Amino acid sequence: MNHHPYQQASYLQSRSGYDWLWAVLLLVGAGYLFSQYQALMDGYEIGILLSSVLVLLGLGWQWSALKTLSLTVTAFSLLAISRYGDDLSLGETSFLLKYLFASQSAIMWMSALYVMATVAYLGLLFSGRPFVGKVASSLTWSATAMGMTGLMVRWRESYLMGADIGHIPVSNLYEVFILFSIITALLYLHYEQKYQTRSLGGFVLLVISAAVGFLLWYTFDRHADGIQPLVPALNSYWMKIHVPANFVGYGAFSLAAMIGVVFILKSRAADRNPQGFINARLPDLALLDDVMYKAIALGFAFFTLATILGALWAAEAWGGYWSWDPKETWALIVWLNYAAWLHMRLTKGWNGKPMAWWALIGFFVTLFAFLGVNMFLSGLHSYGEL
Amino acid sequence: MPSSTVRILLRFLGSMNLAITLLVAIAIAAVIGTVVQQNQPYPDYVFKFGPFWFEVFKQLDLFNVYSSAWFLTILGFLVLSTSVCVYRNLPAIVKDINDYRENSQRSALLQQPYQQTFDQSATLADSLALISALLKQHHYRFRLKPEGNSYLVAAKKGAASRLGYIFSHVAIIVICIGGLLDGNLPLKIAEWRGKIAVETRRIPASDIPAISTLGDDNLSFRANVDIAERGQADLAFIDYKDGYLLQKLPFTIQVDDFRIEHYPSGQPKSFESDLTILDPVAAQAFKQTISVNHPLNYKGYSIYQNSFGDGGSKLSLKAWPLTTEQAAKSLQASVKAHTPIDTQTLEISDFRPFNVNPDPSGAKKFINLGPTFQYKLRDATGIANEYITYMQPTQQDGRWFYSSGMRSKVSESFKYWMMPADANQRLDRFMAFYQGLHNLQKLQQLATQAANASKAAQQSDLKQRQAVAAFMVQLGQQFASGGYEQIASVIEKTVEEPRRQQVSEIYAAALQQLLKNLYLDVLQQEGVKTETGLSDFDSQFYTDAVEAANLGYLYASPWFFELERFQHIEATGLQITRSPGQWLVFPGCLLLVLGVFCMFYLPQRRLWLLVDTNDQGVSILLAGNAVRNRYDFDREFAGIAQQLNPTV
Ligand code: HEM
Repeated sequence: MNHHPYQQASYLQSRSGYDWLWAVLLLVGAGYLFSQYQALMDGYEIGILLSSVLVLLGLGWQWSALKTLSLTVTAFSLLAISRYGDDLSLGETSFLLKYLFASQSAIMWMSALYVMATVAYLGLLFSGRPFVGKVASSLTWSATAMGMTGLMVRWRESYLMGADIGHIPVSNLYEVFILFSIITALLYLHYEQKYQTRSLGGFVLLVISAAVGFLLWYTFDRHADGIQPLVPALNSYWMKIHVPANFVGYGAFSLAAMIGVVFILKSRAADRNPQGFINARLPDLALLDDVMYKAIALGFAFFTLATILGALWAAEAWGGYWSWDPKETWALIVWLNYAAWLHMRLTKGWNGKPMAWWALIGFFVTLFAFLGVNMFLSGLHSYGEL
Repeated sequence: MPSSTVRILLRFLGSMNLAITLLVAIAIAAVIGTVVQQNQPYPDYVFKFGPFWFEVFKQLDLFNVYSSAWFLTILGFLVLSTSVCVYRNLPAIVKDINDYRENSQRSALLQQPYQQTFDQSATLADSLALISALLKQHHYRFRLKPEGNSYLVAAKKGAASRLGYIFSHVAIIVICIGGLLDGNLPLKIAEWRGKIAVETRRIPASDIPAISTLGDDNLSFRANVDIAERGQADLAFIDYKDGYLLQKLPFTIQVDDFRIEHYPSGQPKSFESDLTILDPVAAQAFKQTISVNHPLNYKGYSIYQNSFGDGGSKLSLKAWPLTTEQAAKSLQASVKAHTPIDTQTLEISDFRPFNVNPDPSGAKKFINLGPTFQYKLRDATGIANEYITYMQPTQQDGRWFYSSGMRSKVSESFKYWMMPADANQRLDRFMAFYQGLHNLQKLQQLATQAANASKAAQQSDLKQRQAVAAFMVQLGQQFASGGYEQIASVIEKTVEEPRRQQVSEIYAAALQQLLKNLYLDVLQQEGVKTETGLSDFDSQFYTDAVEAANLGYLYASPWFFELERFQHIEATGLQITRSPGQWLVFPGCLLLVLGVFCMFYLPQRRLWLLVDTNDQGVSILLAGNAVRNRYDFDREFAGIAQQLNPTV
């Protein structure tokens, strides 16, 4: 029997032309990077480049919007980088750079767009008009594109400041806040498409707007937006994987917390005011519960990975894989907290409001690990002091 | 123990409640350990918490939470609990992984959370073929089993999810055991058994008693040692409680060279050491350069570039006596060594060859303020002030000053004494002036001159002039010992309020007269002609010198040490570790990641299709269940049902 109705094209066969075009572009880009920067890379960094290509390939094939996003970001970044040439001071004089793509300008755009997106999502919630939702999504995508462009360009700018100063822009609080915003937004957009609902945006984007608020304060009050050279301990390929993995964790946990808030609101509304617009506009509890679980599972998996990568790095830089440094310890606390959450849900079958509250509390534990440790405790991780 | 007791014990140890309790307990302990800063010197804690709470916290081991007996006990219980949990669940899970449950009865299928029944007009063979294709499309694996007149298709996917549980929980056990091995547990045990005792005194390594010394049979430790360039060491120090232990090494580490590079901002960019390992049992010396993030591994020992510091730089100092008119004397001193000078001891703690600060004029520029050295000057009673002194004068408002900071408590920041540099950029003129102020004979001589020279003096008699001179000397001495402040307080004590203003002015004028004479005397000694008035530089210098002299008493030191020459010797700070536990921890971590991703991303699902033949064709009972991700399974199940029975 060769033919039957459910015969399915294989994974590769079902790739579209766009998929293949994108794969080719990705490979060409990586090949170009490799040929250009081979001399600066050690074996690990070549490995990281290779894995990034694979991860991007997989993600892009899985989620089409990501292809368009990464092509846009690449185009913007290349435009900016070629405009810069070798002259960093063009950032202040060239119109294109000064008003659009110099890292600080791109990040200002990102900030503005995320705040606008937040307003639009809230508008959607109150008005219920699908058009407003579309606008909100587009704003979020645009903000993400600008943020990523900002980071890419910043990476280049750091090398323009001096070959020995150049480094991937995930080395201090300013930079990781951008990373946090972008990752949280991408995770959200992913769920938005997967579950076909835009009603969560107003809540998730609140966290991003808060991060943007911090970023602006950090820029204008603390002038912490400059590119700083790395301390020797940070100068390692580990930073390229440890930090992003950590922020997938932080982003997912924040997302889960905001879904927790929606869950609480929705179940209250369902009890008290079933006819109200909150009950009508927010997704049903089963969906919320599922997104919350998925976000925490994703966050937990990446946080596990990140903590382990951190331990491996510490083994190389500090002489021990675990030093009970406050940041490490708080990472453990966060991890234990979500491990307990997952256990309760899976083995005790807890669900509903208590888990939603717990997810929200988890956010504050995470927030302390992320920010509080830098503010209140001192230790080896004192790279991004407030 | 009777077997029922064992069973109850095992059930308790492997219970979820205990596991959660332990997880929470560890989290709380961890919080405490970050709120109370760990492993600080004990006197700091006494200062912070007071003697009572210090004692309470010490008894609770709160200063070393992570190596405390109670914390290690909790960890031990976690290992035990997780082990029991795995032990109890393992058989069922292994069985479950391979089991298609093809023996499920119809009644069991009807109990499943997901089920649907429908008819198809197809032959049994066609229907089964269709079902097989459908299950393949959804990536299920399945078995076919005839059941009387019917067929049962038992399908499952995501069995690795159950493996994930085993992987991740075994990983936790493995990681904890590895961690306990590498933690302080072995040291703790040795301490309980009275085999080791912590050393709290600062004494030379050769004097450390055997009870505080660990041999090279110690399997696991983390120790530090500073070695000067071209120096060697075959030992290191383990920080332990409020003191340390000496760790012997089976080889000698020799530092051939140490290099440090800086960014323009003066921040260190990289530092590296060229090391040679001299191992008595190795035929050849082993050489390697290490830097931050690039350690050396040798026979299970790892050597890390940890820090850097001064390795005993040799400083040539010029000691200016501040309170007598003796000539300055030369002094050779080394960093980290004690050098006696008269009744005092000079203890130099640090030397820096340069100090880069942001340029006050431009935002993005930096200037190098030159070398500094930091020291304590301890008197015979043991009391010490701390000083930091710049080698070169620095510019302020276009004038050059030598500067030196002083503090009497480590918790304070340095307060700087700025002494004007003379035209040769030297200290000589200021020192001559300052020393003169402390020289009674000189003051008397100058005061007498001044008293005799004034207009009023022409009309007064000798006695009055002597009285005026004596008064001036007294003022000079008060100024020298406490600045204007001192004179003001004397006035406050001795003069009634209405006259104070007037008296102050008289005193000030008299003091100025004396100081001016002193300064002119200094200039004359230098050979400067003063008859035609002072140059701008010289008169500005006078103002600055008087200001510096006014504040000199705050410097509270009988000496000013000027740094004339130095020979910089650096030391590299190495960390030496032996951590056999890592060979459990790292594979354990891999297992953990694998396990966690399996658990979350390969959710286990089961489907059963019971196919009965009837007159019209077949009737199918579709049943299913999912351990996790029910929401997704809802969709999948509905989709499969739809595909099987498109008419609905
Ligand atoms: C540090 C200790 C532990 C950690 C980090 C941990 C972590 C986890 C995680 C992440 C899950 C998966 C939850 C999910 O699938 O969403 C899980 C499941 C589970 N854990 Fe633990 N666990 C620990 C200790 C224990 C202990 C001591 C027990 C013994 C009672 C236990 C029993 C279980 C059980 C029965 C499951 C469900 C397995 C399944 O349904 O597939 N865990 N654990």
